[in-house]
Amino acid sequence: MALNTDPNIPDPDGFYAELLGAHEGLSDEASTALNARLVLILANHIGDRAILTEAFAAASKSEA
Amino acid sequence: MPLDDRYQLAFKLYPYERSADQDATGGPVRHPVVVMGGGPIGVATALDLGLQGIPVVLLDDHEGVGQGSRAICFAKRTLEIAHRYGCGQPMIDKGVLWNVGKVFHDDRQIYEFNLLPEDGHRNPAFINLQQPHFERFLVERVREAQAQGAPIDLRGKNRVDTVDVKDDHVVIDITTPDGPYQIEADWLIGCDGASSPLRKMMSLDFEGRVFEDNFLIADITMKADFPTERWFWFEPHFKSGDSALLHKQPDGVWRIDFQLGWDIDRKEELKEENIRRRLDAMLGPDVDYDLVWTSIYTFQCRRMTQFRHGRVIFAGDAAHQVSPFGARGANSGIQDVDNLGWKLGLVLNGTAPESLLDSYDVERRHGADENILNSSRSTDFITPKSKISHVFRNAVLDLAEHHAFARPLVNSGRLSVPCVYDGLPLNSPDALPDGPARTRPGAPCPDAPLGDGFLLDHLGGDFVLLGVGVGVPDQIEAEGLALRGLSVPADGDIMDRYLGAAKGAVYLIRPDQHVAGRWPSFDEPAIAAAVSRALGKD
Repeated sequence: MALNTDPNIPDPDGFYAELLGAHEGLSDEASTALNARLVLILANHIGDRAILTEAFAAASKSEA
Repeated sequence: MPLDDRYQLAFKLYPYERSADQDATGGPVRHPVVVMGGGPIGVATALDLGLQGIPVVLLDDHEGVGQGSRAICFAKRTLEIAHRYGCGQPMIDKGVLWNVGKVFHDDRQIYEFNLLPEDGHRNPAFINLQQPHFERFLVERVREAQAQGAPIDLRGKNRVDTVDVKDDHVVIDITTPDGPYQIEADWLIGCDGASSPLRKMMSLDFEGRVFEDNFLIADITMKADFPTERWFWFEPHFKSGDSALLHKQPDGVWRIDFQLGWDIDRKEELKEENIRRRLDAMLGPDVDYDLVWTSIYTFQCRRMTQFRHGRVIFAGDAAHQVSPFGARGANSGIQDVDNLGWKLGLVLNGTAPESLLDSYDVERRHGADENILNSSRSTDFITPKSKISHVFRNAVLDLAEHHAFARPLVNSGRLSVPCVYDGLPLNSPDALPDGPARTRPGAPCPDAPLGDGFLLDHLGGDFVLLGVGVGVPDQIEAEGLALRGLSVPADGDIMDRYLGAAKGAVYLIRPDQHVAGRWPSFDEPAIAAAVSRALGKD
């Protein structure tokens, strides 16, 4: 299986609002920590090492 | 307070004329419906009711439409409604038709969308048309309808000063150039805009969210080769604002919006040399242009708790206000009118109980909430309100250029589509589970080619029973209504949009072209029950 970069989340606007809602009122430091925990939780859910490696590469390459 | 104009007029559409009501001797004259406000929503309300033969008086404190393009994007649903009123074609003829939008970040295009990716519709996703023209076409249609006997009375320079709301009517005090007079209304419809004087006279609430940002609008005329598309920049490379929007209007006019931020010197920013500095940076040094209209606006998302207050009903910006991203202001107001017109008509002629008007309140609050949600989310994306939301916003923009998954997250405005009245009281349960989701009960009917024309031309104005691949009688009686039957063959776009996996279908369609119920076959008792429910009798 390869990294899925096609749209895969139903209700994208609702998802995005919930993501930002989780950060509402947090300091920059607390937000960064929340993001780190989130990455680790989602990475564990994915589990597949090859896909995670692909995801790291995609995220690194997209930096403007 | 003197009756001076608060703004300059673009078109004088309803000059003051003395009314017989001003010379009435036997007490104030009573009218079935009075509309307060002669903007697009008020005039459309008068037109809807007048075309039904219901006498309606419209009061406005000016004699026409104010200058400034203001609302420019009119959506497909608005055009469908205007077409039903008989004034869609001049709007289409004058307007700039568009379906495609492009989104840029810095100097890169990251995303392109098509708002109408299928054929078989009379109207485009959007036209751009200056608001004064939109209002002028409505009033011209009123004049035509009046000549054919529609009982519509537009009264310019008639300012409502006070209202006295009784249980079964409203007493209205009016000032004119000839002095004051009084009339009474069985029903008063408030279409008097976002700062609604009527709402204030009745001390009604209007709560919501104020966004901390300023946008500069510049309407300019120029000769330019930009295509007829909506272009939106996040953090544009030309640095004229935190975001920028470009739209084409008729007559060589272009709408340009720049996001200025919260702490600005409004007076300074509105100086012509400062506006030109921003425009020059965007357009380059060689483009000649003239400024037509400029303005700085801030915005709110808010609504009244209730739109119906006994014999007073609010519609349009008076009832709800959104940020401009998504063109959900005027377009949702026209949907209010479409929803209210037939209900008020059936209540006034005794076919439906007064409680039908509570469904206007419920359905259009649902619509307003959807518009407020969408326009708030767009605004949060365009003007991130914290450092972390800015980081996420730019991460989405960076990813969107190369990864399809991020594109649905890019939000430069979710453009107006009519809402589906899911789960609301006038709908009957869906008896066609194999049918397409887009035509479920509560949904607005999608258009489709039919014969030499289009399906929607055959719906609207009254209740219709639509048989798709199933014959229905030309007329049946139900709940005191003469239901018009329309049988169409099951083929082409109609089959895709109304049958899906079903073999045949019978639809009950409301006068505002929303689906009230649907069944696999002609089931007369079920239809009668659905009509009763759609009339607010349950």
